[in-house]
Amino acid sequence: MTTWQGKLNRIDDYRWEIPISYKPGMRVPGLIYASEAALALMREEQTPEQVANVAFLPGIVRFSFAMPDIHWGYGFPIGGVAAMDATEGVISPGGVGYDINCGVRLLRTSLSEGEVRPRIGQLINELFHNVPSGLGSEGKTKVSQREIGEIMVKGARWAVEHGFGSEDDLDVTEEGGCMESADPGKISDKAVRRGMPQSGSLGSGNHFLEVQVVSEIFDADAASTMGIDSVGQVLALIHTGSRGFGHQVCTDHLRVMEQAALKYGIALPDRQLACAPLESQEGRDYFAAMSCAANYAWCNRQCIAHWVRDSFCKVFAKSAADIGIRQVYDVAHNIAKLEEHLVEGRKLRVCVHRKGATRAFPPNHQGVPERYRSIGQPVLIPGDMGRCSFVAVGTQKAMEESFGSTCHGAGRLLSRSAAKRSLKGVEVARQLEKQGITVKTGDLHSLAEEASQAYKDVCEVVDVVHHAGISRKVAMAVPIGVVKG
Amino acid sequence: MTAKSFEIIDHTADIGIVAYGSDIKELFSNAALALVSLVTDIEGVREDFEREVKIESQDEGGLLVDWLNELIYLLDTEHTVFRRFDITSLAPGCLEATCYGEAIDPQRHTMRMEVKAATYHMLKIDMDEDNGYRVRVILDV
Repeated sequence: MTTWQGKLNRIDDYRWEIPISYKPGMRVPGLIYASEAALALMREEQTPEQVANVAFLPGIVRFSFAMPDIHWGYGFPIGGVAAMDATEGVISPGGVGYDINCGVRLLRTSLSEGEVRPRIGQLINELFHNVPSGLGSEGKTKVSQREIGEIMVKGARWAVEHGFGSEDDLDVTEEGGCMESADPGKISDKAVRRGMPQSGSLGSGNHFLEVQVVSEIFDADAASTMGIDSVGQVLALIHTGSRGFGHQVCTDHLRVMEQAALKYGIALPDRQLACAPLESQEGRDYFAAMSCAANYAWCNRQCIAHWVRDSFCKVFAKSAADIGIRQVYDVAHNIAKLEEHLVEGRKLRVCVHRKGATRAFPPNHQGVPERYRSIGQPVLIPGDMGRCSFVAVGTQKAMEESFGSTCHGAGRLLSRSAAKRSLKGVEVARQLEKQGITVKTGDLHSLAEEASQAYKDVCEVVDVVHHAGISRKVAMAVPIGVVKG
Repeated sequence: MTAKSFEIIDHTADIGIVAYGSDIKELFSNAALALVSLVTDIEGVREDFEREVKIESQDEGGLLVDWLNELIYLLDTEHTVFRRFDITSLAPGCLEATCYGEAIDPQRHTMRMEVKAATYHMLKIDMDEDNGYRVRVILDV
């Protein structure tokens, strides 16, 4: 691939604009959040071209955004944000991705590193046995067709009603763990058949469970509001999505959208950007189906969080209350949402596509749980398994500029095969052990794909969004144990 | 018969396949083999049973993506892998194939990766008088 040669206008140290004149057909300019050093890599990967392509979509408002963790994706870049006018704009499955509502959930505990380290091997083993993970992993109990229908409608609430967790968890889950726009009538039999066995499983690839230790606190007030009180405190992070169910929903609706794009005369620079007007039958159907998959993913993380809690209780032979284990927050990072934003002084209803991006609502926003209203919505930004992860909060600046959105993680640096060529899974595991990180995986060979060297440094990514002001760092945590799916 | 039946290409977050064929049927068969090679070692797959597959789509590109997605679906739901594909009929908008393979046996098959879907991204079917057909498909993994 040749290096992208287009023009990037420097706005400030962290913002770069792709002018609307770059390519005929762009409706808005592109806005990339990045440090100057990171731009070279983006150019090499051709990702600015994808940012420009997204700017072609009808109804796009203000900018086609790229977060600093952006990397090359199918159609939309991963790390892309695009808001479409809800009455005149389109919705695109490619702007959400195949793993609908892939996301992260953070739990806090009152345990200290000193208490957990001596039992980390046992804890990781327990987590590995308690949470089904790996290639084609399936849930412990297969849900029935009726149950998956309920999961699609109720999301995380279904899990709570079936004994997995509590009301309290729902309160600190984006959207309360349920999009009411879900309509199981828009889901194919194929998606149902792929979804039934996999409900309640972590999956593989970059999905993981991590036991972490708080290593630095940047904002003590915000941190303590989230129950993060001191350096050395133990946290648990869960990263998974909607499994084969979401993949099938995306596949099914992309087919429909392909035809729809032709039908509505939408010219596209890439077939994978297929879309339909939000107000068309095709657009509404996709949104209703996507909402089902988002709910499936929230239910999935809800069940897994419950098993994580159980595992801690078993290993430390204490109750959840005694361990002080409770959910901090749960965010989606592959999703489209109907939201109200202020655009040039007037309220506008938009469909915000976040593909590899996180919602970052500011303090006092209605969409933020009451307990976090004063600090803003918690934003969870996982790094790779050898480095660190961040907890941040949403800001007013994000609301004004990026439709309340920020980055979602580190972003890949090496392709999976390049990582495997240069590293061996067993060596990666040994290196992690040396760093004091216990790893357990059913697929040692693939561990190399997720090695630190395969990812950008999440610290640099988070520094960009922090300095750009679209989210604010609260705390940092390092892993001490990992279950890799 | 072309010399190479398929290649695997790299992309940062995903993976691509390039398949070749002296005719369109061979192209579809080789694209399927490329997919299987990503999932497991084809050599270790037996021909225990056959399964008929029928795909309908608007054009050749769509047919190819849907064909690969059908195999991903069968892998996920019926836990089957195939080692041979006989494209019995390929008309505009419709493909029929017989797939020969077996149920996944964790004792014998090492599963290499979970493929989420075949995408339309950069999808390209080329036909060259001398060199036959070539297609590139990006897979989300």
